[in-house]
Amino acid sequence: MAIIETHNLSYTYPGATKQSISGVSIKIEQGEFTLITGPSGCGKTTICRCFNGLIPHFYQGEMTGSIIVADKKVSENPIHELAKHVGLVFQNPENQLFALSVEKDVAFGLENLGVPRKEIREKVDWALKLAGIYELRERPPHELSGGQQQRVAIASVLAMQPRIIVLDEPTSFLDPLSAKKIFEVIRELNRNLGITVVLVEHRLDLTAKYTDHIIIMENGKVMLDGDPHQILQSEEARLVGVGIPKATHLYRILKHEGIQLGDTVPLSSEDMAKLLKEALRTR
Amino acid sequence: MIEVKDVYFSYQNGVEALKGVSLTIKDGEFVAIMGQNGAGKTTLVKHFNGLLKPAKGQVLIDGVDTTKRSIAELSKDVGFVFQNPDSQLFSETVEDEIAFALKNFGYETEVIEKRITWALNLLNLTQYRKTSPFMLSGGERKRVALASILAWDPKTLILDEPTIGQDYEQKEKLRQFIMQMRTQQKTIIAVTHDVEFVAECNPRVLLMREGKVIADGIATRILTDPEILTQASIVPPQIAQIFLELPGLNLQKDIIDVYEAARILQNILEKRGR
Repeated sequence: MAIIETHNLSYTYPGATKQSISGVSIKIEQGEFTLITGPSGCGKTTICRCFNGLIPHFYQGEMTGSIIVADKKVSENPIHELAKHVGLVFQNPENQLFALSVEKDVAFGLENLGVPRKEIREKVDWALKLAGIYELRERPPHELSGGQQQRVAIASVLAMQPRIIVLDEPTSFLDPLSAKKIFEVIRELNRNLGITVVLVEHRLDLTAKYTDHIIIMENGKVMLDGDPHQILQSEEARLVGVGIPKATHLYRILKHEGIQLGDTVPLSSEDMAKLLKEALRTR
Repeated sequence: MIEVKDVYFSYQNGVEALKGVSLTIKDGEFVAIMGQNGAGKTTLVKHFNGLLKPAKGQVLIDGVDTTKRSIAELSKDVGFVFQNPDSQLFSETVEDEIAFALKNFGYETEVIEKRITWALNLLNLTQYRKTSPFMLSGGERKRVALASILAWDPKTLILDEPTIGQDYEQKEKLRQFIMQMRTQQKTIIAVTHDVEFVAECNPRVLLMREGKVIADGIATRILTDPEILTQASIVPPQIAQIFLELPGLNLQKDIIDVYEAARILQNILEKRGR
Protein backbone atom coordinates (compact mmCIF):
# COMPACT_ATOMS: atom_id res chain seq x y z
CA MET A 1 0.00 0.00 0.00
CA ALA A 2 1.32 3.43 -0.90
CA ILE A 3 2.09 5.60 2.13
CA ILE A 4 3.15 8.57 0.00
CA GLU A 5 1.49 9.25 -3.31
CA THR A 6 1.73 12.33 -5.48
CA HIS A 7 -0.15 12.99 -8.64
CA ASN A 8 1.03 15.61 -11.11
CA LEU A 9 2.47 17.64 -8.23
CA SER A 10 3.99 21.03 -9.08
CA TYR A 11 5.20 23.80 -6.83
CA THR A 12 6.62 27.31 -7.21
CA TYR A 13 8.25 29.15 -4.28
CA PRO A 14 6.86 32.63 -3.55
CA GLY A 15 8.58 35.17 -5.77
CA ALA A 16 10.17 32.51 -7.97
CA THR A 17 9.47 32.49 -11.69
CA LYS A 18 10.18 28.82 -12.26
CA GLN A 19 8.56 25.72 -10.81
CA SER A 20 10.87 23.89 -8.39
CA ILE A 21 9.05 20.65 -9.02
CA SER A 22 6.79 20.06 -11.97
CA GLY A 23 4.36 17.27 -12.71
CA VAL A 24 5.78 14.83 -10.18
CA SER A 25 3.83 11.59 -9.86
CA ILE A 26 5.45 9.09 -7.51
CA LYS A 27 4.34 6.28 -5.24
CA ILE A 28 6.27 5.19 -2.15
CA GLU A 29 5.09 1.96 -0.56
CA GLN A 30 4.75 1.45 3.16
CA GLY A 31 7.96 -0.02 4.62
CA GLU A 32 10.11 0.85 1.62
CA PHE A 33 13.58 2.38 1.81
CA THR A 34 13.55 4.97 -0.97
CA LEU A 35 16.47 7.04 -2.20
CA ILE A 36 15.84 10.32 -3.99
CA THR A 37 18.81 11.72 -5.86
CA GLY A 38 19.76 14.01 -8.73
CA PRO A 39 21.86 17.09 -9.48
CA SER A 40 21.87 20.13 -7.16
CA GLY A 41 18.72 22.18 -7.55
CA CYS A 42 16.76 19.28 -9.08
CA GLY A 43 13.94 19.61 -6.55
CA LYS A 44 14.89 16.87 -4.06
CA THR A 45 14.69 19.06 -0.98
CA THR A 46 11.51 20.71 -2.24
CA ILE A 47 9.68 17.43 -2.59
CA CYS A 48 10.75 16.42 0.94
CA ARG A 49 9.21 19.63 2.25
CA CYS A 50 5.91 18.57 0.66
CA PHE A 51 5.96 15.26 2.55
CA ASN A 52 5.40 16.88 5.95
CA GLY A 53 3.42 19.89 4.78
CA LEU A 54 6.14 22.53 5.16
CA ILE A 55 5.10 23.09 1.57
CA PRO A 56 2.54 24.60 1.14
CA HIS A 57 1.68 25.57 4.75
CA PHE A 58 4.95 27.21 5.82
CA TYR A 59 6.60 28.19 2.53
CA GLN A 60 3.29 29.11 0.86
CA GLY A 61 3.87 29.66 -2.87
CA GLU A 62 1.79 27.86 -5.48
CA MET A 63 1.09 24.15 -5.34
CA THR A 64 -0.97 22.23 -7.89
CA GLY A 65 -1.75 18.54 -8.27
CA SER A 66 -2.23 16.28 -5.27
CA ILE A 67 -0.19 14.67 -2.53
CA ILE A 68 -1.40 12.18 0.04
CA VAL A 69 0.84 11.17 2.95
CA ALA A 70 -0.22 8.52 5.48
CA ASP A 71 -3.78 8.68 4.16
CA LYS A 72 -3.94 12.44 4.65
CA LYS A 73 -4.22 15.12 2.02
CA VAL A 74 -1.24 17.37 2.71
CA SER A 75 -3.07 20.48 1.50
CA GLU A 76 -5.89 19.91 4.00
CA ASN A 77 -3.86 18.89 7.08
CA PRO A 78 -1.74 21.23 9.18
CA ILE A 79 2.00 20.60 9.73
CA HIS A 80 1.53 19.52 13.36
CA GLU A 81 -0.93 16.83 12.29
CA LEU A 82 1.41 15.54 9.56
CA ALA A 83 4.39 15.74 11.95
CA LYS A 84 2.91 12.86 13.97
CA HIS A 85 3.44 10.62 10.96
CA VAL A 86 6.41 12.15 9.16
CA GLY A 87 9.75 13.01 10.79
CA LEU A 88 12.09 15.20 8.77
CA VAL A 89 15.86 15.47 9.31
CA PHE A 90 17.23 18.54 7.58
CA GLN A 91 20.43 18.95 5.61
CA ASN A 92 21.82 21.50 8.05
CA PRO A 93 21.29 20.39 11.66
CA GLU A 94 21.80 23.89 13.07
CA ASN A 95 18.43 24.84 11.58
CA GLN A 96 16.72 22.20 13.62
CA LEU A 97 18.27 22.40 17.10
CA PHE A 98 17.36 25.05 19.64
CA ALA A 99 16.99 23.57 23.17
CA LEU A 100 19.47 24.05 26.03
CA SER A 101 20.45 20.42 26.18
CA VAL A 102 20.58 17.51 23.78
CA GLU A 103 17.98 15.50 25.70
CA LYS A 104 15.57 18.42 25.83
CA ASP A 105 15.88 18.77 22.07
CA VAL A 106 15.20 15.08 21.61
CA ALA A 107 12.24 15.20 24.05
CA PHE A 108 10.67 18.32 22.55
CA GLY A 109 8.42 16.65 19.99
CA LEU A 110 7.14 14.07 22.48
CA GLU A 111 6.38 16.75 25.08
CA ASN A 112 4.35 18.62 22.51
CA LEU A 113 2.28 15.54 21.82
CA GLY A 114 1.56 15.19 25.56
CA VAL A 115 3.25 11.82 25.95
CA PRO A 116 3.50 10.71 29.64
CA ARG A 117 6.78 11.60 31.35
CA LYS A 118 8.00 8.06 31.93
CA GLU A 119 7.40 7.14 28.32
CA ILE A 120 9.26 10.25 27.16
CA ARG A 121 12.27 9.25 29.27
CA GLU A 122 12.29 5.74 27.77
CA LYS A 123 11.90 6.91 24.19
CA VAL A 124 14.49 9.66 24.54
CA ASP A 125 17.08 7.29 26.03
CA TRP A 126 16.37 4.73 23.33
CA ALA A 127 16.84 7.31 20.56
CA LEU A 128 19.98 8.80 22.15
CA LYS A 129 21.56 5.36 22.38
CA LEU A 130 20.64 4.42 18.81
CA ALA A 131 22.17 7.63 17.50
CA GLY A 132 25.27 7.06 19.64
CA ILE A 133 25.00 10.30 21.64
CA TYR A 134 23.77 9.11 25.05
CA GLU A 135 26.94 10.51 26.67
CA LEU A 136 26.23 13.93 25.20
CA ARG A 137 22.68 14.17 26.56
CA GLU A 138 23.36 17.04 28.96
CA ARG A 139 25.47 19.12 26.56
CA PRO A 140 24.06 22.20 24.78
CA PRO A 141 23.54 21.27 21.11
CA HIS A 142 25.07 24.49 19.76
CA GLU A 143 28.42 23.58 21.37
CA LEU A 144 28.62 20.28 19.51
CA SER A 145 30.42 19.58 16.24
CA GLY A 146 28.46 19.42 12.98
CA GLY A 147 28.57 15.63 13.04
CA GLN A 148 27.32 15.42 16.61
CA GLN A 149 24.52 17.88 15.83
CA GLN A 150 23.48 15.69 12.94
CA ARG A 151 23.13 12.78 15.36
CA VAL A 152 20.99 14.92 17.67
CA ALA A 153 18.69 15.85 14.78
CA ILE A 154 18.39 12.18 13.86
CA ALA A 155 17.69 11.17 17.50
CA SER A 156 14.97 13.86 17.76
CA VAL A 157 13.14 12.30 14.85
CA LEU A 158 13.74 8.69 15.95
CA ALA A 159 12.27 9.43 19.40
CA MET A 160 8.91 10.23 17.81
CA GLN A 161 8.87 6.82 16.08
CA PRO A 162 7.00 8.22 13.11
CA ARG A 163 5.65 5.96 10.34
CA ILE A 164 7.80 7.81 7.82
CA ILE A 165 11.29 9.24 8.27
CA VAL A 166 12.54 11.67 5.63
CA LEU A 167 16.28 12.41 5.77
CA ASP A 168 17.91 15.09 3.63
CA GLU A 169 21.66 14.28 3.45
CA PRO A 170 21.58 13.32 7.12
CA THR A 171 25.21 12.29 7.55
CA SER A 172 27.14 14.77 5.40
CA PHE A 173 29.11 16.08 8.38
CA LEU A 174 29.89 12.66 9.84
CA ASP A 175 33.09 10.70 9.38
CA PRO A 176 32.62 7.66 7.09
CA LEU A 177 32.48 5.04 9.82
CA SER A 178 29.92 7.02 11.85
CA ALA A 179 27.89 7.65 8.69
CA LYS A 180 27.90 3.95 7.91
CA LYS A 181 26.69 3.15 11.45
CA ILE A 182 23.87 5.69 11.19
CA PHE A 183 22.71 4.27 7.85
CA GLU A 184 22.79 0.79 9.36
CA VAL A 185 20.64 1.95 12.29
CA ILE A 186 18.17 3.53 9.86
CA ARG A 187 18.10 0.34 7.79
CA GLU A 188 17.40 -1.72 10.92
CA LEU A 189 14.54 0.56 11.96
CA ASN A 190 13.20 0.22 8.46
CA ARG A 191 13.46 -3.60 8.53
CA ASN A 192 12.48 -4.29 12.13
CA LEU A 193 9.86 -1.65 12.82
CA GLY A 194 8.62 -1.24 9.26
CA ILE A 195 9.29 2.50 9.26
CA THR A 196 9.17 3.92 5.74
CA VAL A 197 12.43 5.70 4.95
CA VAL A 198 12.93 8.40 2.33
CA LEU A 199 16.57 9.39 1.98
CA VAL A 200 17.92 12.25 -0.10
CA GLU A 201 21.57 11.67 -0.96
CA HIS A 202 24.24 12.40 -3.55
CA ARG A 203 26.62 9.77 -2.25
CA LEU A 204 25.31 6.56 -3.75
CA ASP A 205 28.54 4.75 -2.86
CA LEU A 206 27.45 4.89 0.76
CA THR A 207 23.73 4.39 0.40
CA ALA A 208 22.65 2.51 -2.72
CA LYS A 209 22.97 -0.89 -1.03
CA TYR A 210 20.30 -0.06 1.56
CA THR A 211 17.60 0.93 -0.90
CA ASP A 212 14.56 -0.85 -2.33
CA HIS A 213 13.53 2.01 -4.60
CA ILE A 214 15.39 4.85 -6.34
CA ILE A 215 13.93 8.05 -7.74
CA ILE A 216 16.22 10.25 -9.86
CA MET A 217 15.14 13.84 -10.45
CA GLU A 218 16.39 16.55 -12.77
CA ASN A 219 15.07 20.08 -13.27
CA GLY A 220 12.10 19.47 -11.01
CA LYS A 221 10.97 16.36 -12.88
CA VAL A 222 11.25 12.65 -12.17
CA MET A 223 13.63 11.16 -14.75
CA LEU A 224 13.93 7.60 -13.46
CA ASP A 225 11.89 5.73 -10.88
CA GLY A 226 12.18 2.06 -9.95
CA ASP A 227 14.38 -0.81 -8.80
CA PRO A 228 17.93 0.33 -7.86
CA HIS A 229 19.66 -2.48 -9.77
CA GLN A 230 17.90 -1.58 -12.99
CA ILE A 231 18.11 2.18 -12.56
CA LEU A 232 21.80 2.32 -11.73
CA GLN A 233 22.89 0.25 -14.68
CA SER A 234 20.87 2.31 -17.14
CA GLU A 235 22.64 4.72 -19.43
CA GLU A 236 20.17 7.43 -18.41
CA ALA A 237 21.48 7.41 -14.83
CA ARG A 238 24.86 8.42 -16.20
CA LEU A 239 23.40 11.07 -18.42
CA VAL A 240 21.55 12.69 -15.55
CA GLY A 241 24.94 13.06 -13.87
CA VAL A 242 24.30 10.75 -10.94
CA GLY A 243 27.46 9.41 -9.33
CA ILE A 244 26.74 5.69 -9.52
CA PRO A 245 28.58 3.56 -6.92
CA LYS A 246 32.15 2.62 -7.90
CA ALA A 247 31.31 -1.07 -7.60
CA THR A 248 28.47 -0.60 -10.13
CA HIS A 249 30.78 1.43 -12.35
CA LEU A 250 33.45 -1.30 -12.29
CA TYR A 251 30.83 -3.93 -13.24
CA ARG A 252 29.73 -1.76 -16.16
CA ILE A 253 33.27 -1.21 -17.47
CA LEU A 254 33.97 -4.94 -17.38
CA LYS A 255 30.66 -5.69 -19.08
CA HIS A 256 31.54 -3.20 -21.78
CA GLU A 257 34.82 -5.09 -22.26
CA GLY A 258 32.86 -8.31 -22.75
CA ILE A 259 33.14 -9.69 -19.21
CA GLN A 260 29.71 -10.44 -17.82
CA LEU A 261 29.71 -11.12 -14.08
CA GLY A 262 26.29 -12.53 -13.16
CA ASP A 263 22.98 -10.93 -14.03
CA THR A 264 22.43 -8.75 -10.98
CA VAL A 265 24.23 -5.42 -10.99
CA PRO A 266 26.21 -4.93 -7.75
CA LEU A 267 25.43 -1.84 -5.66
CA SER A 268 28.16 -2.37 -3.03
CA SER A 269 31.75 -3.56 -2.80
CA GLU A 270 30.57 -6.73 -0.99
CA ASP A 271 28.28 -7.65 -3.90
CA MET A 272 31.00 -6.91 -6.46
CA ALA A 273 33.61 -8.94 -4.54
CA LYS A 274 31.16 -11.86 -4.42
CA LEU A 275 30.65 -11.72 -8.19
CA LEU A 276 34.39 -11.58 -8.78
CA LYS A 277 35.10 -14.51 -6.46
CA GLU A 278 32.47 -16.53 -8.27
CA ALA A 279 33.95 -15.63 -11.68
CA LEU A 280 37.48 -16.49 -10.53
CA ARG A 281 36.34 -19.80 -9.09
CA THR A 282 34.54 -20.97 -12.20
CA ARG A 283 37.08 -19.83 -14.81
CA MET B 1 55.31 26.70 2.71
CA ILE B 2 53.48 25.77 5.90
CA GLU B 3 55.53 24.41 8.79
CA VAL B 4 53.85 23.08 11.91
CA LYS B 5 56.25 22.35 14.76
CA ASP B 6 55.05 20.31 17.73
CA VAL B 7 51.80 22.27 18.10
CA TYR B 8 49.48 21.89 21.08
CA PHE B 9 46.11 23.58 21.41
CA SER B 10 43.27 23.43 23.97
CA TYR B 11 39.89 25.13 23.85
CA GLN B 12 38.62 27.15 26.79
CA ASN B 13 36.29 24.33 27.83
CA GLY B 14 39.40 22.21 28.47
CA VAL B 15 39.17 20.02 25.36
CA GLU B 16 42.71 19.25 24.16
CA ALA B 17 42.28 19.46 20.39
CA LEU B 18 45.90 19.19 19.24
CA LYS B 19 48.51 17.16 21.08
CA GLY B 20 51.86 17.64 19.42
CA VAL B 21 51.33 17.97 15.67
CA SER B 22 54.33 18.41 13.36
CA LEU B 23 54.20 18.56 9.57
CA THR B 24 55.35 20.48 6.51
CA ILE B 25 53.24 21.36 3.48
CA LYS B 26 55.19 22.59 0.45
CA ASP B 27 53.94 25.11 -2.11
CA GLY B 28 51.77 23.53 -4.76
CA GLU B 29 50.90 20.45 -2.71
CA PHE B 30 47.38 19.05 -2.47
CA VAL B 31 46.72 17.63 0.97
CA ALA B 32 43.57 15.96 2.26
CA ILE B 33 43.17 15.92 6.04
CA MET B 34 40.90 13.11 7.16
CA GLY B 35 39.83 11.47 10.39
CA GLN B 36 37.14 11.00 12.98
CA ASN B 37 34.77 13.77 14.04
CA GLY B 38 36.53 15.72 16.76
CA ALA B 39 40.02 14.49 15.79
CA GLY B 40 41.32 18.06 15.51
CA LYS B 41 41.23 18.53 11.72
CA THR B 42 39.45 21.89 11.66
CA THR B 43 41.43 23.09 14.69
CA LEU B 44 44.65 22.30 12.84
CA VAL B 45 43.75 24.16 9.64
CA LYS B 46 42.51 27.17 11.61
CA HIS B 47 46.15 27.54 12.67
CA PHE B 48 47.20 28.01 9.04
CA ASN B 49 45.52 31.39 8.61
CA GLY B 50 46.02 32.53 12.20
CA LEU B 51 42.38 32.09 13.29
CA LEU B 52 43.91 30.08 16.13
CA LYS B 53 47.39 30.44 17.58
CA PRO B 54 49.23 27.49 19.17
CA ALA B 55 49.32 27.20 22.95
CA LYS B 56 52.68 25.48 22.55
CA GLY B 57 54.85 24.97 19.46
CA GLN B 58 55.01 27.06 16.30
CA VAL B 59 53.25 27.54 12.97
CA LEU B 60 55.31 29.19 10.22
CA ILE B 61 53.80 30.45 6.96
CA ASP B 62 56.57 31.08 4.43
CA GLY B 63 58.99 31.21 7.32
CA VAL B 64 57.04 33.75 9.40
CA ASP B 65 55.52 32.80 12.75
CA THR B 66 51.70 33.22 12.71
CA THR B 67 51.82 34.90 16.13
CA LYS B 68 53.76 37.74 14.46
CA ARG B 69 51.10 38.51 11.82
CA SER B 70 47.45 39.62 11.96
CA ILE B 71 44.62 37.43 10.69
CA ALA B 72 43.88 40.09 8.03
CA GLU B 73 47.42 39.86 6.66
CA LEU B 74 47.52 36.09 6.82
CA SER B 75 44.15 35.63 5.15
CA LYS B 76 45.33 37.44 2.06
CA ASP B 77 47.77 34.57 1.56
CA VAL B 78 45.73 31.78 3.09
CA GLY B 79 42.04 31.71 2.11
CA PHE B 80 39.70 29.71 4.33
CA VAL B 81 36.42 28.37 3.00
CA PHE B 82 34.24 27.29 5.92
CA GLN B 83 32.35 24.02 6.27
CA ASN B 84 29.03 25.79 6.67
CA PRO B 85 28.66 28.56 4.08
CA ASP B 86 26.17 30.35 6.32
CA SER B 87 28.95 31.23 8.76
CA GLN B 88 30.55 33.18 5.93
CA LEU B 89 27.79 34.70 3.80
CA PHE B 90 26.00 37.92 4.70
CA SER B 91 25.61 40.11 1.59
CA GLU B 92 22.41 40.88 -0.28
CA THR B 93 23.60 39.59 -3.62
CA VAL B 94 26.13 37.01 -4.72
CA GLU B 95 28.03 39.77 -6.52
CA ASP B 96 28.29 41.91 -3.35
CA GLU B 97 29.44 38.89 -1.40
CA ILE B 98 32.38 38.37 -3.74
CA ALA B 99 33.16 42.07 -3.96
CA PHE B 100 33.31 42.55 -0.19
CA ALA B 101 36.80 41.27 0.57
CA LEU B 102 38.18 42.67 -2.69
CA LYS B 103 37.02 46.14 -1.66
CA ASN B 104 38.56 45.64 1.77
CA PHE B 105 41.86 44.68 0.21
CA GLY B 106 41.67 47.96 -1.74
CA TYR B 107 41.45 46.68 -5.32
CA GLU B 108 40.26 49.06 -8.05
CA THR B 109 36.67 48.82 -9.28
CA GLU B 110 37.73 47.53 -12.66
CA VAL B 111 39.83 44.75 -11.16
CA ILE B 112 37.01 43.85 -8.78
CA GLU B 113 34.57 43.62 -11.69
CA LYS B 114 36.92 41.31 -13.61
CA ARG B 115 37.60 39.08 -10.65
CA ILE B 116 33.90 38.73 -9.86
CA THR B 117 33.12 37.69 -13.43
CA TRP B 118 36.03 35.26 -13.40
CA ALA B 119 35.06 33.64 -10.07
CA LEU B 120 31.35 33.37 -10.99
CA ASN B 121 32.19 31.74 -14.27
CA LEU B 122 34.67 29.32 -12.72
CA LEU B 123 32.13 28.08 -10.19
CA ASN B 124 29.15 28.03 -12.50
CA LEU B 125 27.31 30.82 -10.67
CA THR B 126 26.99 33.49 -13.36
CA GLN B 127 23.21 33.16 -13.50
CA TYR B 128 22.98 33.99 -9.78
CA ARG B 129 25.05 37.17 -9.89
CA LYS B 130 22.17 39.39 -8.69
CA THR B 131 20.50 36.75 -6.50
CA SER B 132 20.53 36.72 -2.70
CA PRO B 133 22.85 33.95 -1.46
CA PHE B 134 20.11 32.90 0.93
CA MET B 135 17.75 32.05 -1.94
CA LEU B 136 20.20 29.45 -3.20
CA SER B 137 20.45 25.75 -2.33
CA GLY B 138 23.00 24.49 0.22
CA GLY B 139 25.35 23.29 -2.51
CA GLU B 140 25.10 26.58 -4.39
CA ARG B 141 25.75 28.68 -1.26
CA LYS B 142 28.84 26.58 -0.72
CA ARG B 143 30.10 27.55 -4.16
CA VAL B 144 29.40 31.24 -3.48
CA ALA B 145 31.54 31.00 -0.33
CA LEU B 146 34.34 29.44 -2.37
CA ALA B 147 34.02 32.05 -5.14
CA SER B 148 34.26 34.90 -2.64
CA ILE B 149 37.60 33.59 -1.37
CA LEU B 150 39.02 32.59 -4.75
CA ALA B 151 38.35 36.07 -6.08
CA TRP B 152 41.26 37.55 -4.14
CA ASP B 153 43.57 34.82 -5.38
CA PRO B 154 45.20 33.55 -2.18
CA LYS B 155 48.32 31.43 -2.49
CA THR B 156 46.94 28.73 -0.23
CA LEU B 157 43.35 27.58 -0.17
CA ILE B 158 41.85 25.74 2.79
CA LEU B 159 38.61 23.94 2.02
CA ASP B 160 36.66 22.62 5.01
CA GLU B 161 34.43 19.80 3.76
CA PRO B 162 34.16 21.12 0.19
CA THR B 163 32.07 18.26 -1.22
CA ILE B 164 29.17 18.37 1.25
CA GLY B 165 25.91 18.92 -0.62
CA GLN B 166 27.65 18.87 -4.00
CA ASP B 167 26.32 16.57 -6.68
CA TYR B 168 28.42 14.31 -8.86
CA GLU B 169 28.95 16.86 -11.58
CA GLN B 170 29.88 19.66 -9.18
CA LYS B 171 32.34 17.35 -7.44
CA GLU B 172 33.94 16.54 -10.76
CA LYS B 173 34.21 20.27 -11.44
CA LEU B 174 35.71 20.82 -8.01
CA ARG B 175 38.28 18.13 -8.75
CA GLN B 176 39.20 19.74 -12.06
CA PHE B 177 39.32 23.11 -10.37
CA ILE B 178 41.75 21.82 -7.73
CA MET B 179 43.94 20.30 -10.44
CA GLN B 180 43.93 23.61 -12.28
CA MET B 181 44.90 25.49 -9.10
CA ARG B 182 47.80 23.09 -8.65
CA THR B 183 49.18 23.90 -12.08
CA GLN B 184 49.39 27.48 -10.81
CA GLN B 185 51.47 26.30 -7.83
CA LYS B 186 48.62 26.95 -5.39
CA THR B 187 48.57 24.93 -2.22
CA ILE B 188 45.24 23.20 -1.59
CA ILE B 189 44.35 21.80 1.80
CA ALA B 190 41.02 20.03 2.11
CA VAL B 191 39.47 18.74 5.31
CA THR B 192 37.11 16.00 4.19
CA HIS B 193 35.24 12.83 5.02
CA ASP B 194 34.60 12.08 1.38
CA VAL B 195 36.76 9.00 0.74
CA GLU B 196 35.51 8.50 -2.80
CA PHE B 197 36.40 12.08 -3.70
CA VAL B 198 39.87 11.66 -2.18
CA ALA B 199 40.29 8.38 -4.07
CA GLU B 200 39.52 10.17 -7.33
CA CYS B 201 41.99 13.00 -6.65
CA ASN B 202 44.80 10.89 -5.13
CA PRO B 203 46.37 13.64 -3.00
CA ARG B 204 48.70 13.35 -0.01
CA VAL B 205 46.56 12.22 2.93
CA LEU B 206 47.06 13.16 6.57
CA LEU B 207 45.05 10.98 8.94
CA MET B 208 44.23 12.42 12.34
CA ARG B 209 43.03 10.81 15.51
CA GLU B 210 42.59 12.38 18.94
CA GLY B 211 44.66 15.48 18.22
CA LYS B 212 47.53 13.70 16.51
CA VAL B 213 48.59 12.85 12.98
CA ILE B 214 48.64 9.04 12.79
CA ALA B 215 49.50 8.58 9.10
CA ASP B 216 50.88 10.69 6.29
CA GLY B 217 51.30 9.53 2.70
CA ILE B 218 49.86 9.28 -0.79
CA ALA B 219 46.15 8.33 -0.96
CA THR B 220 46.79 5.05 -2.82
CA ARG B 221 48.82 3.85 0.17
CA ILE B 222 46.78 5.30 3.06
CA LEU B 223 43.31 4.50 1.68
CA THR B 224 44.23 0.86 1.10
CA ASP B 225 45.44 0.23 4.66
CA PRO B 226 42.33 -0.97 6.51
CA GLU B 227 43.96 -1.05 9.95
CA ILE B 228 45.10 2.54 9.98
CA LEU B 229 41.80 3.67 8.39
CA THR B 230 39.74 2.01 11.11
CA GLN B 231 41.73 3.90 13.74
CA ALA B 232 40.75 7.12 11.98
CA SER B 233 37.09 6.06 11.64
CA ILE B 234 37.32 5.85 7.87
CA VAL B 235 35.91 3.22 5.55
CA PRO B 236 38.13 2.36 2.54
CA PRO B 237 36.84 3.51 -0.86
CA GLN B 238 34.75 0.90 -2.69
CA ILE B 239 37.44 -0.12 -5.16
CA ALA B 240 39.95 -0.68 -2.32
CA GLN B 241 37.30 -2.68 -0.43
CA ILE B 242 36.73 -4.94 -3.42
CA PHE B 243 40.45 -5.71 -3.70
CA LEU B 244 40.75 -6.23 0.05
CA GLU B 245 37.99 -8.82 -0.14
CA LEU B 246 39.78 -10.80 -2.84
CA PRO B 247 42.81 -12.04 -0.94
CA GLY B 248 44.17 -15.42 -2.16
CA LEU B 249 44.62 -13.83 -5.58
CA ASN B 250 47.90 -12.09 -4.94
CA LEU B 251 46.38 -8.93 -6.33
CA GLN B 252 48.07 -5.62 -5.92
CA LYS B 253 46.41 -3.94 -2.97
CA ASP B 254 47.07 -0.27 -3.58
CA ILE B 255 44.25 0.17 -6.09
CA ILE B 256 41.68 2.92 -5.57
CA ASP B 257 40.95 3.94 -9.17
CA VAL B 258 38.04 2.28 -10.97
CA TYR B 259 39.71 2.23 -14.42
CA GLU B 260 42.93 0.76 -13.09
CA ALA B 261 40.89 -1.84 -11.19
CA ALA B 262 39.02 -2.72 -14.39
CA ARG B 263 42.27 -3.17 -16.35
CA ILE B 264 43.77 -5.50 -13.74
CA LEU B 265 40.62 -7.59 -13.37
CA GLN B 266 40.10 -7.82 -17.11
CA ASN B 267 43.62 -9.11 -17.48
CA ILE B 268 43.21 -11.79 -14.84
CA LEU B 269 39.76 -12.89 -15.97
CA GLU B 270 40.71 -13.08 -19.63
CA LYS B 271 43.84 -15.13 -18.89
CA ARG B 272 41.78 -17.56 -16.87
CA GLY B 273 39.11 -17.67 -19.52
CA ARG B 274 41.53 -18.92 -22.11
